[in-house]
Amino acid sequence: MKHLLGVEDLSRKEMDRILERAQSFAEVGRRDIKKVPTLRGRTIVNLFYESSTRTLSSFELAAKRLSADVVSVKSAGSSVDKGESLKDTVATLSAYDPAAIVIRSPHAGAAQLVAGWTEASVINAGDGKHEHPTQALLDVFTLRQRTESLEGLDIWIVGDVLHSRVARSCLLAFQKMGATVTLCGPPTLIPRGIEALGCEVAYDLDGLGGADVVYALRMQRERMGESFVPSLREYAARYQIDSRRLGPRQLLMHPGPVNRGVELAPEVIDSPQSLITAQVESGLVVRMAILYELLTGSDRSRPERGTAPADTPTIGQPA
Amino acid sequence: MSGEKVVLDHDDLRRTLVRIAHEIVEKNEESDRLALVGIHTRGAVINRRLHALVSELSGTEVPLGDIDISFYRDDIERREPRDAPVVHDSHLDFDLSGRTVVLVDDVLYTGRTVRAAIDALFDYGRPARVQLAVLADRGHRELPIRPDYVGKNLPTAPGERVNVRLEETDGVDEVAITPAAAAATTGEDT
Amino acid sequence: MNVSANGSGGGDAARLISRQGSPGNLIVRGARLFDPRVGLDEARDLIVRDGEIAELAEPGGAPEIEGAEAVDGEGLLALPAFVDPHVHFRVPGQEHKEDLETGTRSAAAGGYCAVIAMANTSPPIDSAAVLGSVRERAEREASIPVGFIANVTREMAGTELTEMAELREAGAIGFSDDGLPIANARVLGRALQYQRLAGGLIALHEEDPDLSSGGVMHEGEVSAALGMAGVPAVSESTMIARDCSLALYEDAPIHVQHLSARASVEEVARAKAAGVRISCEATPHHLTLTDEAVRSLDARFKMNPPLRSEDDRQALIGGLRDGTIDCVATDHAPHAAEEKEVPFEEAAWGVTGLETAFAALYTDLVLPGVLPLETLVERMTCGGEPFGIEAPRLEVGAAANVTLIDPELAWTVGEEGYESRSYNSCFGGCELTGRVLMTVAAGRVAFRQRSFALGVAP
Repeated sequence: MKHLLGVEDLSRKEMDRILERAQSFAEVGRRDIKKVPTLRGRTIVNLFYESSTRTLSSFELAAKRLSADVVSVKSAGSSVDKGESLKDTVATLSAYDPAAIVIRSPHAGAAQLVAGWTEASVINAGDGKHEHPTQALLDVFTLRQRTESLEGLDIWIVGDVLHSRVARSCLLAFQKMGATVTLCGPPTLIPRGIEALGCEVAYDLDGLGGADVVYALRMQRERMGESFVPSLREYAARYQIDSRRLGPRQLLMHPGPVNRGVELAPEVIDSPQSLITAQVESGLVVRMAILYELLTGSDRSRPERGTAPADTPTIGQPA
Repeated sequence: MSGEKVVLDHDDLRRTLVRIAHEIVEKNEESDRLALVGIHTRGAVINRRLHALVSELSGTEVPLGDIDISFYRDDIERREPRDAPVVHDSHLDFDLSGRTVVLVDDVLYTGRTVRAAIDALFDYGRPARVQLAVLADRGHRELPIRPDYVGKNLPTAPGERVNVRLEETDGVDEVAITPAAAAATTGEDT
Repeated sequence: MNVSANGSGGGDAARLISRQGSPGNLIVRGARLFDPRVGLDEARDLIVRDGEIAELAEPGGAPEIEGAEAVDGEGLLALPAFVDPHVHFRVPGQEHKEDLETGTRSAAAGGYCAVIAMANTSPPIDSAAVLGSVRERAEREASIPVGFIANVTREMAGTELTEMAELREAGAIGFSDDGLPIANARVLGRALQYQRLAGGLIALHEEDPDLSSGGVMHEGEVSAALGMAGVPAVSESTMIARDCSLALYEDAPIHVQHLSARASVEEVARAKAAGVRISCEATPHHLTLTDEAVRSLDARFKMNPPLRSEDDRQALIGGLRDGTIDCVATDHAPHAAEEKEVPFEEAAWGVTGLETAFAALYTDLVLPGVLPLETLVERMTCGGEPFGIEAPRLEVGAAANVTLIDPELAWTVGEEGYESRSYNSCFGGCELTGRVLMTVAAGRVAFRQRSFALGVAP
């Protein structure tokens, strides 16, 4: 596995490997010295064209805990704003010989483009409304910690699906892990033809009671202005997850940050059914696992700089 | 397995561990400062047996731990993906300061695994001293690492493979050597 | 009137303009001459003298002509050359993408003997002055005849009409704001009325800007999966319906450009049945590709209107077959690499198409038996007729407009580069069958494939 561009390209086996690896890193986080030297001397570049405190800091810390050097380029105040093209920016950053580039962009397909322009491994930290694979993986990891397996689970994703890369990636990820998914939201915010991906669609919460997990999405203010939804009030009345609608056995998830009182009522956010805090915690170890899986192992097939082409590793184990 | 030669059988193994346990207790008079830490995978298994023996001999409950060194390896970029080792959780739930930690592994070869284990250990704390106990020493050191306790010295050629099998993991207790040509086919982890 | 050298032939053909030169003499021996319009389908020796088709002789019976190029046409197909009513040559203002020289060379390489160039340039062709200057340039640089469209509205702003009568006198072959729709129905109505004076045909880019706004691809299952905003087919069909009603009301002809959807084909069929004077076109990429290609997120598949579903594609093929769709037009839209090597949503709209039009349609539709060769040839040669340019014919006395094709030659698009200055072809890397080896336009050889050997008659 050289890149992580989307859940679409991940096999079940690759997902399981990452999730297992994340488990190991959870133990590292409990030590006094929360660092391992695995990626020492490697450089990881975070290229963020969209502001994001939580995802960026999660990736930065993940790389640092693996002892890598980290360079973060944010869109505000960089040459990116001066109109430098994505291609030129990637070429400039390649001077650092990065082992990996983590990219977040407001445009679909950005990560894939970058992968064609660099020797580094590319991790998609969100490309437009297309995919957000690391979020989906950490969501699966979090859920598995509570339910052991996703096989046969009934998961409802509620909210603005049309504009949500989290929804798309999670839909694919949950299905790959054996769950069935229902997308629920206002008709204007459920993409036409999304059933082709094998999910159910609902325009109201009547059937929510049958779900094992409720995954709520952020409802953004901008949607009012574009005539998707008449008002936040109507949205909350029809789609807000509160203690009446959320059954005691149902788990609650949200990618954050939460709009309190809009998509979630305050009392459910802090309830014992809520996995929201666990999701944030999982983000770090899952991202460490992703970096580990992409950057270790000879399937990267790139000879070390300055040395002769890689020797065939001897099978005898050093001890 | 073709051409394999068993150099330690079930009884040899048991006697060897008993002897090592005695040596550890003799060398460390103040056994209340002692701790035993096994290196995954088989080092940890051997360590559990050793721990039982040492605790009995010393009459005290000696702390037991295990560490996985996958994240500390120095050959990380050159491993074949299919050889990707199973990464185990490490468990070191006691304070290391002031202790004499005996690292336990099955086979000592180049010394790189032990170096990685020492690095890992020091990420958990600062032991007073570290000793090394191994079931077999096959020579060909690439680092200045020497064992304090050795079960058996096994001179080997570099191409040969030393196979340690334990009842808990492999259903049988034995140490065998596979000659060079046959050894090239499998990738067993130490 | 025929596509012929500047000025001759009269009528609307006079609006076509290209470089002057001496008319050619040429013998093509033994090719299969194929022109459904004159009922021709047999091996003949084609003789061109002084730019005109002088004789269609029995194979081997061609007399020698001193100084004439002689070409061995054995195994080759000689077709009436094609006419494209919809290309973008980026002159004036964006010559880094294409100019009249590279554009006409690209067209000739695709078998075209005449093209009609759109006016959404920089500045747009909305005045006689700008039109005059591009026509002057064509006289120097164009290797095949080019007709120039002028805008319907000033600066393509959609509000005020251009001086259409003057533009017609200055040589405009028709009018279009292509690139943009004429969103205001009243403005379009006035423009249609005005043609009773100006006498030009208005070609329409059909898109409802409110329905299409923000969209970058077809609205459907693929856009749902990719998370990209889509343009629904109704954006096009509702505008077509509106404009057909207006055209009927004003009793004016219209030409609807680049159809992309089933609903649009149905609107056109309805309008034709109701007596609306409407002609329309479809592009090779809409006839051979669908929105599935966009899953690759490759901006080479971004164009306006977008590639739609397989059902839409089948409707376009059916429309082309039964004549609801009158002709093939490439909407050749060159763009520089840096405008396409960006995320899909940011990329410029459009693909080139002149060099691959015949080969793509021949490979994907004719060879599998979906569309007969006669129909393809008819639809690729009649694109000028709505604008007063007759389809070229392979008959004695006609101006020589012939393209010579090797129907069995397989080639990989882009492998040897392109004649166009731009490389944004959606067929890049594809293996197609059928390659243009030579094109004669307005009596002169305008293009020869590099590897095509020539001899000279003794």
